[in-house]
Amino acid sequence: MLTDFGRIFAFMLIAVVFVVIAVLAAKFIRPSRPSKEKLMTYECGEDPIGSPWVKFNIRFYVVALIFLIFDVEIVLLIPWALVYKEFGFGGFLIGAIFLFLLGLGMAYEWRKGDLEWVKPKVIPPVLKKNPVTNEVEVQA
Amino acid sequence: MTYDFFYKLFGSQVIAAIIQSLLPLFVFILPFALFAVWLERKVSAHMQDRLGPMRVGWHGWLQTVADILKLIQKEDIIATANDKPLFNLAPVLVFVGTYAAFAAIPFTSAFIGSNLDLGVFFIVAVSGFVVAGILMAGWASNNKYSLLGAMRSAAQIISYEIPTVMVIITIVMITGTLNLNTLSQLQTGHFWNWMIFGGPVFGVSKFLMIPFMIISFGIIYISTLAEVNRTPFDIPEAESELVSGYHTEYSGMKFAMFFLAEYANMFAVSAIVTALFFGGYQSPIGYIGHLLGLPWLVPIEQLFWFTAKGLFFVFVQMWLRWTLPRLRVDQLMTACWKYLIPIAFADLIIIGLITLI
Repeated sequence: MLTDFGRIFAFMLIAVVFVVIAVLAAKFIRPSRPSKEKLMTYECGEDPIGSPWVKFNIRFYVVALIFLIFDVEIVLLIPWALVYKEFGFGGFLIGAIFLFLLGLGMAYEWRKGDLEWVKPKVIPPVLKKNPVTNEVEVQA
Repeated sequence: MTYDFFYKLFGSQVIAAIIQSLLPLFVFILPFALFAVWLERKVSAHMQDRLGPMRVGWHGWLQTVADILKLIQKEDIIATANDKPLFNLAPVLVFVGTYAAFAAIPFTSAFIGSNLDLGVFFIVAVSGFVVAGILMAGWASNNKYSLLGAMRSAAQIISYEIPTVMVIITIVMITGTLNLNTLSQLQTGHFWNWMIFGGPVFGVSKFLMIPFMIISFGIIYISTLAEVNRTPFDIPEAESELVSGYHTEYSGMKFAMFFLAEYANMFAVSAIVTALFFGGYQSPIGYIGHLLGLPWLVPIEQLFWFTAKGLFFVFVQMWLRWTLPRLRVDQLMTACWKYLIPIAFADLIIIGLITLI
């Protein structure tokens, strides 16, 4: 007896087989004449400089972290959304309280600036006149 | 159901399942991808007052077939710096994630790959494969453009998944089901029974719901656009800065697989939006099959309506692509976290209150 997920497994299997067959079939037709230049990492025709596996923006990590928290909470909400009507207003209230807490966490993240992407902040210099010497000074 | 038909024909559940899972790929996705690539080029061309492909076939309709023939003959370059096993695995993973989503999409009342009770939830979950595949492609390419594109793409897809799921939760709250087939059946009858018009239940709540349903539809459409990396959210493969993002290093058939997955994904998200808000496979004006007393005609009409609705949303995606400029990364994140998610939150609570009336 094949369950629903068994059929989904058949879908995934077909997808894998399709990609493998398509790539392998092309192997018999396509040419293969590798040269040093062809096998170089593409960097707009120049010799690649340094390793690409470098440090990248920490924001990606923060976004992934916030997403993880939200996703878990959303997974908890789905069963509630399926059944809350059976419990009337009380059932809705429980979900609403949960959502309120979620919103509170979101507001905290927002206030802390975790949702902000790095942007150069423009700080215009302040000019101040010295009353004694009458000279203009730049204050940082 | 198609599955039962194949089961009776071959007497084996495994063979029936395999044949049924071949159907969406060869009957639907491949012809659709061929057509959609051609359509995209024609739409873009006509929007910019050009002609687009004209040489191969009538108005260039065989252009994509010619492109496929070209791609098969292309050399498959795996650069020395690439991480070979991961590099080869990535297109498989991306395509599997995309194709598995099709298992839970009801094309007609007679064909659904797997009539899962988890339906939409399964689709959201399995689309995580795509993120893993994209990250894998970017990392294994050992290329600065690829890695940056993959990181941006992953951040974007996971960010925009939250408003998508929130809108799905609002629909679940109204209908009380996650099964896409049941959802489509609920919206039977005429177009005023669609979820965008407040669902099949007639009453005060239906009319109260309409503005919020339209807002929900806007949110989910914007988020799904971002999830398939389409303009205005195509910063992961912004040509002017990142060459072509995470598939910069790919060539030949592997590139074609990424391309196919992208177009299949475009249809998948349109199909989900259709099933959630626009009645899925249901006809807006009733069936000729019922009128003439030909019950076998109904599934064919349903397939027609489903394809038509899905194609319409794919067309809107293309339309937006050639109309709107690209967002910056910080604008992209702001749009999701500071606008879409709070609006989706409020929307969810208000709809919850309305359903209690």
